Amino acid sequence: MDINPYFFYTFAGTAIAFSLLVVLKKNPVASAFSLVLVFFSFAGIYALLDAHLVAVLQILIYAGAIMVLFIFVIMLLNADAPSFDLGRTHIALRLGSVFVAVCLFGLFVWAFHNHPSAAPLGPFTPEKIEAAGGNTRVISELMFSEYILPFELTSVLLLTAIVGAVAIAKRNTSIQSQSGGQKRAS
Amino acid sequence: MQVEPGLVLSFCSAIFFIGFTGVLIRRNILVILMSIELMLNAVNLTFVTFSKQLHHMGGQMSVFFIITVAAAESAVGLALVIAMFRTLRSVDTDEIRLLRE
Repeated sequence: MDINPYFFYTFAGTAIAFSLLVVLKKNPVASAFSLVLVFFSFAGIYALLDAHLVAVLQILIYAGAIMVLFIFVIMLLNADAPSFDLGRTHIALRLGSVFVAVCLFGLFVWAFHNHPSAAPLGPFTPEKIEAAGGNTRVISELMFSEYILPFELTSVLLLTAIVGAVAIAKRNTSIQSQSGGQKRAS
Repeated sequence: MQVEPGLVLSFCSAIFFIGFTGVLIRRNILVILMSIELMLNAVNLTFVTFSKQLHHMGGQMSVFFIITVAAAESAVGLALVIAMFRTLRSVDTDEIRLLRE
């Protein structure tokens, strides 16, 4: 693929280093900020792969919205006590999970290198995308023609998530107010 | 110097299995949710790589829907974390043992 190898290795190295920090850091706030840097590296790789709209959305939604939600919850819970409790987990579970992850990673690398994809090529060559007005325009036209049904279903999914999140996070307070009301009545 | 698609896909699987290990070995539920986000991001990058390699836009469209599902998942997941913290006063997954006792 015709992407700049120096940029790719820089972004890939940053992403791997900071994703290791996400898993290994004691403090959840440090993990969250490492995760922001991982998201920015991923956005750089998306831009290298000519997926400009996905790169911008990665920064806006992941680094903007989701990470703010995470950091807000960490601050809200005041869970600042270091909870890196590897020492207290079962050592067999820890070693076993690392071993399984390394084995599966080796299997995936072997599969990706020895069995390249033989699927037929699609119609969107880089020249055609350029002629049609760029990545964002092509994706927008596809989204409102071929993928209109999943796009509309997405709005239902978001509505369900909003209602579900409010219902779950509010449940305790409603029980407390009910019992409080009974106390006042009695 | 050329970057092979297999190398990009191997990088994706490296990130995916770092997240996988994080889900298994960490006990702080916030870090487990962050590891799930890492795994979703690795899959997104796989989709974009195949989209570029096979000249097909379906990969990038799938990334949109995955990002939406990830946003919904983290909103509901963090609401569950808040509900758990209200009940147990802890974010440690080993404290969830009501059914075991």
